[in-house]
Amino acid sequence: MSESIVYWLQQTLNALQLGSIYALIALGYTMVYGILTMINFAHGDVFMVGAFFCFIAAVYLGLPFLPTLLLTMAGAALLGVLIERLAYKPLRNAPRVSAIITALGLGLFLENFTLALAPYPKHIPALLENVTWDLGGVSVSSLQIIIICLSLGLMFLLDYVVHRTPVGMAMRAISWDKTFVPLMGVPVDLIISVTFAIGAGLAGAAGTMYALAYPVIDPYMGIMVGWKAFISAVVGGIGNIRGAMIGAFILGGVEIMVTAFFPSTYRDFVAFSLLLLLIVIRPYGILGKPRTQKV
Amino acid sequence: MSALLRSGWEWFIAQRWLMMVFLIIGFVLAFAIPEYNLLNKYVQLVMMYVGINIILTVSLNLVNGYMGEFSLAHAGFMAVGAYTAALLTQKVLPIAAHPWLFPLAVLMGGLVAAVLGLIVAVPSFKVRGDYLAIITLAFLMIVKSVIENIDYIGGPRGIPGIKKLTTLPWVFFWVVVTVWVVRNFVYSKYGRGVLSIREDEIASDLMSVNTRRVKFMAFMVSSFFAGIAGGLFAHLLQFISPRVFDIIKTTDVLIMVYLGGIASIGGSILGATAYTVLLELLRPSTVAAMLAWLPAMVFDPLNEYVISHLGVWRMVIMPLLLVLVMLYWPRGIMGLREFRWFVPKRDMEAHHCLNKPTGGSHDAADGR
Amino acid sequence: MTLLTAVKVKHYFGGLCAVSDFNLQLHYGDLMGIIGPNGAGKTTIFNLITGVYRASEGSIRLRNTELVGKTPHQITALRVGRTFQNIRLFRDLSVLDNVRIAHYAQADYSPLEALLHIGRYRREEQRIIENSQRLLAIFKLEHLAGETAKNLPYGLQRRLEIARALAIGPELLLLDEPAAGMNPNEIDLLMEFIQWIRTEFKLTILLIEHQMKLVMGICERITVLDFGETLVEGPPEVIQNHPKVLEAYLGEGPVG
Repeated sequence: MSESIVYWLQQTLNALQLGSIYALIALGYTMVYGILTMINFAHGDVFMVGAFFCFIAAVYLGLPFLPTLLLTMAGAALLGVLIERLAYKPLRNAPRVSAIITALGLGLFLENFTLALAPYPKHIPALLENVTWDLGGVSVSSLQIIIICLSLGLMFLLDYVVHRTPVGMAMRAISWDKTFVPLMGVPVDLIISVTFAIGAGLAGAAGTMYALAYPVIDPYMGIMVGWKAFISAVVGGIGNIRGAMIGAFILGGVEIMVTAFFPSTYRDFVAFSLLLLLIVIRPYGILGKPRTQKV
Repeated sequence: MSALLRSGWEWFIAQRWLMMVFLIIGFVLAFAIPEYNLLNKYVQLVMMYVGINIILTVSLNLVNGYMGEFSLAHAGFMAVGAYTAALLTQKVLPIAAHPWLFPLAVLMGGLVAAVLGLIVAVPSFKVRGDYLAIITLAFLMIVKSVIENIDYIGGPRGIPGIKKLTTLPWVFFWVVVTVWVVRNFVYSKYGRGVLSIREDEIASDLMSVNTRRVKFMAFMVSSFFAGIAGGLFAHLLQFISPRVFDIIKTTDVLIMVYLGGIASIGGSILGATAYTVLLELLRPSTVAAMLAWLPAMVFDPLNEYVISHLGVWRMVIMPLLLVLVMLYWPRGIMGLREFRWFVPKRDMEAHHCLNKPTGGSHDAADGR
Repeated sequence: MTLLTAVKVKHYFGGLCAVSDFNLQLHYGDLMGIIGPNGAGKTTIFNLITGVYRASEGSIRLRNTELVGKTPHQITALRVGRTFQNIRLFRDLSVLDNVRIAHYAQADYSPLEALLHIGRYRREEQRIIENSQRLLAIFKLEHLAGETAKNLPYGLQRRLEIARALAIGPELLLLDEPAAGMNPNEIDLLMEFIQWIRTEFKLTILLIEHQMKLVMGICERITVLDFGETLVEGPPEVIQNHPKVLEAYLGEGPVG
């Protein structure tokens, strides 16, 4: 193969890896937005706590990969539900800004609480034997394959849950209408908690994978990754699950391409400029639908 | 007893002329304290930070509280003001004349920030709420990124060794200007336009409010003072870099705004002061000093581990405090209420509420 | 003399035609009603006149000014006031401020004068307060000036909304279902009231209403709208027995 094709394939693979991590986090943003029309700004930090859960499970409990992943997901899901019940639920009828502020505050709390317990960056041991294959010049690592496949698997599972199961139907119903759906016997509180659990669980999975791919973790790692995931959700059309996945892969691709051709300091600049451009051209994202206000 | 206190407070709050007296005393003190070292250097420094935070909080409240938008760009405007002012004093203006050219540099910082504020106002015509939050966030990130990529202004390393030109009188002066101008703006047709946009933008437009012009003005005034605060901040910290003007900086200001209360200048002053002072009180050295009387077995001030952790835990407590405030006062401590001295007499009388506090934005509320 | 003319106004929402052929001529001092079944496009007409929507085709002229293409605040500043089907007050603001906000276009001072509270600011603010208090007094709301709008009972909120619309200093007043949620007694009072403000403020009134009692009782002319099209126009007696109207309202029987 010619060198440039190899180079492109290599970068595409890297983009897929980054994109799938963004996608897993973006799903949490978009699901919560879909059901509560609220941006859960603490979500990036749930992802960070997930990475630390992974660290605890791997180092202190000495668990292998799969139990670590499951434990991390469960822990993150629990954290998500806890946040929802304690902080967001009482604010459901308050001005929306209070919920946003609470979310920001919770994010800071999670960051600093983790920092207080773990003042120095942690190193995650390799949980999986990493084999690198050379496919015609493109180097493919087993870790990359696992991250991409696992993410795609989780996304398809989620898509199935949302579109094909009663719980998913209830979620979609609540996102349409919060006044009458409860009257039809849908347990709104439960469904909202389930939504948070799923979103946070996926962020936990993302935390594990991120920790495996970039094995030094620190309490502030969730901020930037969280914002990027959030951009992905917006690019795809916030509230739309498939949109979040598409947005994440687009953003991952753009970021990898920018770092491939420009100094890496341009990465955020391009990512955010892209976001601005997209909002100007298509304010409601790729798959989102414009909402009109009735007068 | 409490009835007596209450009527005493009522009497006090009705004496509007006292405001002028306090203002003059404030100016005299602002000059006297550094001149005669009435307070130690550390307390003076904290006072200046309180002042800068008041400027930031009052100005952000205009957009986030009064107008009800959600802007995250404040640290960006601050950065622009800081860099403009610092470049002027470090590279452009003749060094010998500094003390007198300093206010000019700060003013320029404010003006440049105001121009950028106009640009950020444009997307707010079309989008609101969450989408505007993202746009303003993107603006903040782009400002940071641009600064990082310009070598002339130090790139990611920033500008070190800025002259310390920010003094207590200047901070006090700018706080007074900010409060006065923002208060004037709020109690004018434009300010009422801002409030009506928060309540119902379409209805506001249909009640003859030129919503675009009002938004332009609100963003301009808000970013102007953020720029001013940035200039003061740069010449106090004596070092600026893109990292200083992080999303965390914006979050700090947001906390002060929503802690103090939305759509309230009095609330913003309260929020900024309380937050800054509380953070300082919880600083490791101060906590250590406060706990020094404890036996060494309980608290050992020489134990570095314990000391360093005090600093982290305060960062845990503050956001928790914010969450608690939001749960119990969703609009902040003085949300939608105003300290009476800031309400023009004309407005107070028109609302027939010289004595009783009522609802609404022009409410007479006392600072308790 | 003609105040408002709408000629062949069309409006589409996406591909859906909400208003297909609307024509109207309103003279100074008229009191005209728009009736029609639900979804006939009545409120859309108001939104087109006030510039919330931009008409896809056709022309709407106020005096000699074309309104199509103007923004709501420009149109409002041409002295067009309106109320809303579902009350849209500035809920968290005081009653006085609700009325004061509507003085925006009349307040004659510059941004600089506002920021520094100098020059014309004081005089204009004083005038606005006095005018607002006068309006509130007319509507018997003056003792509630400092009250938050959302705390008023429903009836008073309706009144405040009309007061706010009058603060614009309108020549043309658009009332969107002013009698919604009122009992027959209240409707009688409202009818008197509308007649009274009409003469007191020299208004031309266009109103949308479902309450036939009100429409037939006070409107001099009535336009019947169905599927976004002007069906018939004429005085109440003609409308009441017009076969096309009966057809549009099929099942409701003779009205009045």
